[in-house]
Amino acid sequence: MAITVRVPTQLRTLTEGKEEVTGTGATVGELIDQLESVHPGLKDRLLDAKGIRRFVNLYLNEDDVRFLDGLNTRLKDSDTLTIVPAIAGG
Amino acid sequence: MAKTFQEIMAETRRAIHEISLEELKARLESGQGFTLVDVREGDEYRAGYIPGAVHIPRGHLESKAETLLPRKDAPLLVYCAGGTRSALAAKTLQEMGYTHVESANPGFSQWKDRRYPMEVPRVLTAEQRDRYSRHLLLPEVGEKGQAKLLDARVLCLGAGGLGAPAALYLAAAGVGTIGLVDADVVDASNLQRQVIHSVATVGMPKVDSAEKTLKGLNPELNVVKFQERLTSENVDRIFDGFDVIVDGCDNFPTRYLVNDASVMKRKPVVHGSIFRFEGQVTTFIPYEGPCYRCLYPEPPPAHLAPSCQEAGVLGVLPGLIGMIQATEAIKLVLKIGTSLAGRLLTYDSLGMKFRELKLRRDDGCPMCGKNPSIDHYIDYENFCALPGQS
Repeated sequence: MAITVRVPTQLRTLTEGKEEVTGTGATVGELIDQLESVHPGLKDRLLDAKGIRRFVNLYLNEDDVRFLDGLNTRLKDSDTLTIVPAIAGG
Repeated sequence: MAKTFQEIMAETRRAIHEISLEELKARLESGQGFTLVDVREGDEYRAGYIPGAVHIPRGHLESKAETLLPRKDAPLLVYCAGGTRSALAAKTLQEMGYTHVESANPGFSQWKDRRYPMEVPRVLTAEQRDRYSRHLLLPEVGEKGQAKLLDARVLCLGAGGLGAPAALYLAAAGVGTIGLVDADVVDASNLQRQVIHSVATVGMPKVDSAEKTLKGLNPELNVVKFQERLTSENVDRIFDGFDVIVDGCDNFPTRYLVNDASVMKRKPVVHGSIFRFEGQVTTFIPYEGPCYRCLYPEPPPAHLAPSCQEAGVLGVLPGLIGMIQATEAIKLVLKIGTSLAGRLLTYDSLGMKFRELKLRRDDGCPMCGKNPSIDHYIDYENFCALPGQS
């Protein structure tokens, strides 16, 4: 189950500068755990004790996982997870 | 065999159906669905027209009808000043395949004498018609749309990376009143991207420098300057005179303040933000679509905010995002097209990729949800206050 993960600029220090990485997992939560084992520190930037951080959005393909099943959202092969953190520059 | 004018008119009147002005007025009042077409010349139309009429001068009828009157089976009612040109126009439309065409006889001159309802369009001056001619040629804008732009009041938050291109294009397009909110002065390091400023205005307040450039581009423009930071204290005073907010500010606390005030005041916000090589842009229309807090309920804490040390931005990036914001603002004023409400457009300049993500209203949103918890403005700690980051 290969999932493409799009990494925003701010988090690329954790992915050796890569804008896309591949991960595995049956759910979004499992995928994040698996990514953490390869890219330590990533999980903390996405999640806090209550779940997905409130200034980060995770999109499964085009949809915000908060409006799906959150971290329990099921994944299928060739899905794309896009990490979209709030940015404020102008 | 050559025909006289009288013979042509007699033949035309036999071929079409005419209605009286009493009948036309009754139909307008009954709210029957039909399209009223004014085939007089531009100067006649500008002196007054029957409310709701589509203006197609008879000389342009054949070339413009299919664009402006796309449904050939829809009922059409044509009028001119006296009933002659409209009769000829009705016959032409029938020949083009329009199946329900009628002509008013007499026409607008008597309509006006009887003091039946009419509207007078905002009259553009000859200079304005020349200046905005490329807008006037677009049926979606036209003189009515240009008049809306001239009457519009758009507030640009920040006269920096995003505000510079947005304000320039809004001014060029003829937006009548542009508000500028920025407390900073122009720094040489701004010129890499803030194209509204120049070497000659380094050290000058950004709102003054921007005004100078905008007035150079469009001297008719009314610029309202606020050389201050947006705060919970001044947000009401600053927002109240404007119809559309273009948010190009540079920090999280202001973003949330802008959102909360705009939801409370039900004013649309065209949101743009940038970071290094990436941009995000969307339009928030309170209670119709999601708000910023539906997207990001709370700002990041200082230690997790995109770090200011990493800041830096590709100079051309805000140009593109700011121009998308200007486009959205103009569409909102004209009420045309499809806005970005409910869609987040992301732009990656390195990969040269535009992506679109769906945004939804969150029933649990603390601002616009079912049980909102925020009822006053919040001043978040400003955790990224390095100078010259706008």
